[in-house]
Amino acid sequence: MRVGLFVTCLVDMMRPRIGFATLKLLEDAGCEVVVPQTQTCCGQPAYNSGDRAGARSLAEKLLAEFEDCDYVVAPSGSCAGMVRTHYADLVADDPALARRMAALSAKTYELTDFLVNVAKFEHIPGNYAGHPINLTYHDACAGLRELGVKTQPRALLAQLPGVTLSEMPGAEECCGFGGAFSVKFGEISAAIAEKKCDSIRATGAAAVVSGDLGCLLNIEGKLRRMGDEATRVLHIAEALTEFAGES
Amino acid sequence: MEIRSMHFKARAGQKLTDVVLQQNLKKGKSKFVDMRAQAIVEIDDFEATRVAAKVLRDRTLDNLDLWLEQFERQATARGASVLWAKDGAEICQLTIDIARRHGVTKATKSKSMLSEEAGLNQALEAAGIQPVETDLGEYILQINGNEPPSHIIAPVFHKSKEEISALFARIHRRPALTDIQALTREAREILRPHFLDAGMGISGGNFLIAETGSVALVTNEGNGRMVTTLPKVHVVITGIEKVIATLEDLSTLMRLLPRSATGQSISNYFSVLTGVKQPGESDGPEHLYFILVDSGRADMVGGDFAEMLRCIRCGACMNHCPVYQSVGGHAYGWVYPGPMGSILTPLFTGLENSLDLPQAATLCNQCGVVCPVKIPLPDLLRKLREQQMERRLRPLVERLALKAWAWLAQHPRLYALGAKLGVRYLKWLAHDGARNDRIRVLGLAPEWTLGRDFPAPEGKTFRELYTSYAARKENP
Ligand code: SF4
Repeated sequence: MRVGLFVTCLVDMMRPRIGFATLKLLEDAGCEVVVPQTQTCCGQPAYNSGDRAGARSLAEKLLAEFEDCDYVVAPSGSCAGMVRTHYADLVADDPALARRMAALSAKTYELTDFLVNVAKFEHIPGNYAGHPINLTYHDACAGLRELGVKTQPRALLAQLPGVTLSEMPGAEECCGFGGAFSVKFGEISAAIAEKKCDSIRATGAAAVVSGDLGCLLNIEGKLRRMGDEATRVLHIAEALTEFAGES
Repeated sequence: MEIRSMHFKARAGQKLTDVVLQQNLKKGKSKFVDMRAQAIVEIDDFEATRVAAKVLRDRTLDNLDLWLEQFERQATARGASVLWAKDGAEICQLTIDIARRHGVTKATKSKSMLSEEAGLNQALEAAGIQPVETDLGEYILQINGNEPPSHIIAPVFHKSKEEISALFARIHRRPALTDIQALTREAREILRPHFLDAGMGISGGNFLIAETGSVALVTNEGNGRMVTTLPKVHVVITGIEKVIATLEDLSTLMRLLPRSATGQSISNYFSVLTGVKQPGESDGPEHLYFILVDSGRADMVGGDFAEMLRCIRCGACMNHCPVYQSVGGHAYGWVYPGPMGSILTPLFTGLENSLDLPQAATLCNQCGVVCPVKIPLPDLLRKLREQQMERRLRPLVERLALKAWAWLAQHPRLYALGAKLGVRYLKWLAHDGARNDRIRVLGLAPEWTLGRDFPAPEGKTFRELYTSYAARKENP
């Protein structure tokens, strides 16, 4: 099956390695992966800032880039959620376009949701056997509440040798990122992040894992500011590919 | 009530460092959130009940005028008078007129959010009528100089026991008590004579039932019953959107309201009041007035924000909101805080008077998934943001930055170049001293680094690296 990888603007700029980890997972799962080179952003920043026109033009751009793929996969519940739950609404005034958009939405998946429910992938390359690790998982809001991503990442992590999962209290609570919110209301955002970091640290886990880079940057930035240099902050795609090939 | 919502950000900043508030928020949150979670599993199918509640609320809201007329007919047939107020000023005027007509100089009150909207206490005082709040929380606020509530269910959420003890000692001129029960008893002793000699009782109304012309009241203190049955005159002040069709509908909503609000299966008191005292009946008011208030609600019917009218004021959205739980209710600057307040305040008081509120949300949707009547709160906040954009109410730099970014994202080659240069710049910024993996002060987005670091980018973009990866793959 032909899978379009939507890297997301944040991964493109901040953490290319997450993009490559995602690519590896999809290829290992037997997908023919295409990466449209003109892709930029799903338009969520515009959409959530009230700029519908800007969001719409980016939605149409993404449609043109990915329409011919069997599936579209993003290493982000937030961006996949944007396409899946909001794109059709953006073009509701144009029935023909809305139909195409609905088809795109239906085949767009968050990475772990895709691996578990579509690819039914069971040979996760990551391997912590030689580096046993205690992880905790933060449920990013859009993935959880827009797409129902909850058991999928945990099911995948459970397949990794050497991993134990310690659930944090309030794993489903927002980390305070909220896109532009984090720079418009920096103090409130950081105060919310602090509670999340306290919950993470209470588990004693060596690393916190999540499916959205926005949350991870927020959490990492707060942990470091709190003086925690030890807790690692990993995207689920990184965790699922770390130490691949080791036996 | 005075609108201070323009100062959300400044007030929020103060609240973040308010030790008592932060403790109370922490305690209150675990109480409200955990108790709700336990309470909703008692219902066989909570989700189906939410859907039913949404449907029945929409049914009356879609034909609000007809249902209100039916309510008026039924209430009038049972001896009540139904009056209509278009705004807060009319609420005050109508209430004062009623008081004067019946020679009332003192009115006891049980909780009414509409009277908060209208600033009714101040208006009554100015007219020489003494209002006495009898809900313990509201009473505390009243004797503290008509302080605004900080939560719609728990109005003194922000106060410590010590503060209340000192306040009571000062106002009641009695020795300071420390025990909550003793404080409550003291308030009860002070309030009892007021209950007995007030000429008029003023209450809110949780629901208006069209088929019977009744008002339903949900309370946890006995004060509501005293206010609505002891005085000769009872005035109900509530919003026009509170009308529901039948008692059957009421039972559906009552399965949701106390559970969502406080995690109770049923509130301590639940009254359905119908008509005036009939011959042979031992209690109830001789005169019953309904003041049904528009104050911006009628304009919402059938519009973009109509779904907000379903709200049953349970407070679950604020109890589950990460922003409310960080800054408390006063930061929001008007009667209603939290997610529902961030929608109602701009709608009722003007978008231009509350610029921060629609923005002050992470859109995490923790509110939407707990709302008992399924109001899509994040979607409504986003619609308000759209209106702010359309009306150019956001700062120019913000609008320009958005436009520039959206334009760039439409031009992939320029975008790629911008991203390439941008990440190198950020990487360079992170290069200070021992660690080069983070930026401590980010000039581009100074708010980010107020309370946390900004992790540095890797230094190259995915698309740059992918180009060489793809080339290697082609020609290994
Ligand atoms: S918006 Fe929903 S959750 Fe919030 S107070 Fe109203 S009914 Fe309750």
